Amino acid sequence: MDVELLEIRQHMGQFPPFDGLSDELLDEIASRVEVSYFKTGADILTLNETMTDLCYIRSGAVEVYRRQGELYNRLGEGDIFGHFNLLRNQKVRFPAKAIEDTLLYFIPLDVFQKLCEEDDHFADFVELERPRLETAAEQQKKANDMMVTRIRKLVTRYPVMVEESTTVQQAAQQVSQSQASAVLVLKEGSTHPRYSFQDSEGRTWQVCGILTDSDFRTRVVAEGLSPQTPAGDVVSPRLITIQSDASIYEAMLTMLRNNVHHLPVLYRQRPVGVVHLSDIIRYETHSGLYLVSNIFHQSNVEGLSRLAPDVRAAFVRMVQEGANSQMVGSALSTIGRSFTRRLLELAEETLGPPPVDYCFMVNGSMARNEQSIVTDQDNALILSDDFIPEAHDAYFKALATFVSDGLDACGYTYCKGDVMATNTQWRQPLSVWKSYFTDWIANPTPERLLHSSIFFDLDSLYGEDLFVEALQDLIAEQAPKSPLFLAAMARNALNRTPPLGFFRTFVMEKDGKHNNSINLKRRGTAPMVDLIRVHALACGSKAQNTFQRLEAIADTQLLATGMSDKLSYAFEFMCMSRLRHQMIDLQEDRLPDNNIEPENVADSERHTLKDAFQVLSNAQKFLKFRYPIPSNRAGR
Amino acid sequence: MTLIRPRRKISQADWAAYMQKREPLAKDPAIQRFFATPPPSLDTPIGEVPMVALDMETTGLDERRHAIVSVGLVPFTLNRIKMAERRYWVVKPPRPLDEASITFHHITHSEIAHAPDLEAIIDSLLAELAGKIVVVHFRHIERPFLNAAIKARRGEGVMFPMIDTMSLEARLHRQKLWARFRRWLGRPPVSIRLDASRRRYGLPSYQGHHALVDALATAELLQAQIATHYEPSTPLGALWS
Repeated sequence: MDVELLEIRQHMGQFPPFDGLSDELLDEIASRVEVSYFKTGADILTLNETMTDLCYIRSGAVEVYRRQGELYNRLGEGDIFGHFNLLRNQKVRFPAKAIEDTLLYFIPLDVFQKLCEEDDHFADFVELERPRLETAAEQQKKANDMMVTRIRKLVTRYPVMVEESTTVQQAAQQVSQSQASAVLVLKEGSTHPRYSFQDSEGRTWQVCGILTDSDFRTRVVAEGLSPQTPAGDVVSPRLITIQSDASIYEAMLTMLRNNVHHLPVLYRQRPVGVVHLSDIIRYETHSGLYLVSNIFHQSNVEGLSRLAPDVRAAFVRMVQEGANSQMVGSALSTIGRSFTRRLLELAEETLGPPPVDYCFMVNGSMARNEQSIVTDQDNALILSDDFIPEAHDAYFKALATFVSDGLDACGYTYCKGDVMATNTQWRQPLSVWKSYFTDWIANPTPERLLHSSIFFDLDSLYGEDLFVEALQDLIAEQAPKSPLFLAAMARNALNRTPPLGFFRTFVMEKDGKHNNSINLKRRGTAPMVDLIRVHALACGSKAQNTFQRLEAIADTQLLATGMSDKLSYAFEFMCMSRLRHQMIDLQEDRLPDNNIEPENVADSERHTLKDAFQVLSNAQKFLKFRYPIPSNRAGR
Repeated sequence: MTLIRPRRKISQADWAAYMQKREPLAKDPAIQRFFATPPPSLDTPIGEVPMVALDMETTGLDERRHAIVSVGLVPFTLNRIKMAERRYWVVKPPRPLDEASITFHHITHSEIAHAPDLEAIIDSLLAELAGKIVVVHFRHIERPFLNAAIKARRGEGVMFPMIDTMSLEARLHRQKLWARFRRWLGRPPVSIRLDASRRRYGLPSYQGHHALVDALATAELLQAQIATHYEPSTPLGALWS
């Protein structure tokens, strides 16, 4: 290549989307750029002028505006702009101005078009929000740690083993007693070093084969053999095994390649266990399963609270493995629900059976199955209408206190807004709860709803779940018919807005001001949840999970086609960003929080986050327009 | 700078007359074509002037003893520097290169060994420069070296007006009252070398000593100087020398 172009191509090659380009394409760009200098304050692109180049910032800084003059983005070294204009009839719709002395490289239209045609990554990058968010969300589901986790991790117990002289009937009985599904057949002495080992008494054994459930069927019963046939006579001479330090992935491949479902696991030549295909599948799908069963084995609060580090470990593992935000959210919610449920069981053991039926209701992120590792408790009690305060409330107050204190000990801190069953207001019979919701919906003001919106994410956790269903039905019935309620909820959903994006090591606000960090929950995921909840209420959906709500919304005509997909990608990306930063906090022994610092955000993540913020911002504008304050009430 | 001898100066207003006078006298067709395509007149606004940034790497500073080893140029206007139209040549000097200048220029013996003599590029080079204003950083290298090299090969030299970004920088930093005051205070003079000048305008640092990269750097510097201290309507005559 031309050494004289090195200056240009080396610079561009560091920044997305150019960093993914082939050397040939980079050379071509470098040989075709046109260079221009802009003084601070100089106009680079003016509205409606024709433009024929993509702009690349070699040095300096640039601000891009919307048609109305509102700030759209602030860009620095290595950023590009003008691609929206190029993709739409080459008229400038987003004017740009130099805010520092700036040196620009212009990439001619034909080169830009060639890049879009020949490089998918480049095309994704410059196209509008959705494709990039979509790609980013999908890339998060990348290869997981099946490649690195060793198979011995799945071995939970010693294999069932019999001597070759044991009858198949006795062997089958042993398998049944051990609740296993296979048995290894051994013979004493060694004819071959392969599969031979010494037991604790110094005797040498050799594994001659495996008998599985299906072997008992195909090799014994179907063949009409006697139950007294020695096991050694029916084992297959072909034995497929795996070493205990092989990866789970290798084990899975070995099973598939040899079409076997059982795999004896050996440490050197000694069998240490038998892994079944279902063990691998379970490992893959239920990473938190072990933790959950452990929760239910605890007999007191101390035992439960000792599991808190395991929750964090399970969280880190899931994020590292590439689980998406729904998987992580539902796993953490399941874990949180298991803690709560076990605490309720323990409370009932201590306090005795409840005097009347009740339902322990969860709200907020746990109801939505979207918990993260940084979470507090939001819960309430719905009691049977047979409830008599004087006679029964002492019991439920004690129950609520036991659970709430227990949850706090397990890392689910007390709710700052006092949305807990310990609060008398939120420990009421069903009829009172119904009147709460009816009142919120019929007489809404944004101020009143500010603190009660958390109850519009509601799910039953324990007890009589018909109580919560009755409330969900009531909401789904009344909310769509109450424009004033929807307008008030919509107004509250606009209280928190996303920032514009990032600029160098700052978070940039819409007014151009800078901040050092951003609370991604407050400025991203929470407003998104609020916004989607309003649409879900409007269409009478009973779904609680944000993604499921989006699916319900997509089935209606409420949003433009494709909009719910866009929201879904944007939400997924913001959630994952937040989870990833919490994982980093945990790995670096910091207290995880919802803040992300721009210097820890990779270049590609910045661009995608900015797109996600943009989707949220546009959706908020639409929300305001879609649920106006009804005119007959507006004057009051 | 002590190696630079005082040379006959052609005053600004004379450039058109000088070039007009040279045209009928020229015997070499390439040189004649060059003088037949004069650059814009001195009252043309700089925003309308076609320019070409030129840089040469030489084996030393004296055109009588040293030779050109590479030539880089890039045509541009006040709005755009066109990399697609860049030209770059390595040429073989009549005398062998010494080690010092090799390390200085990053040009190797083998590159030079396979390069043609400057004679082979004169026609193309003059065609690129014709009708445009040549922009250099420190004209006392490019102008005498080019003149001497062409004269040695074609029997007649070539002189033409240039914009010198270094002398524009000197006007700002060396000849103003403030600069004299600084000197009086004993402060070192502001550097007007290419890289130092560029930094004052927020322009990035480039790896120096490559003729084309320096030509690009010079073109960017002129754009920055005009954007900062002049106007697109500033007449060419206020800038050339």
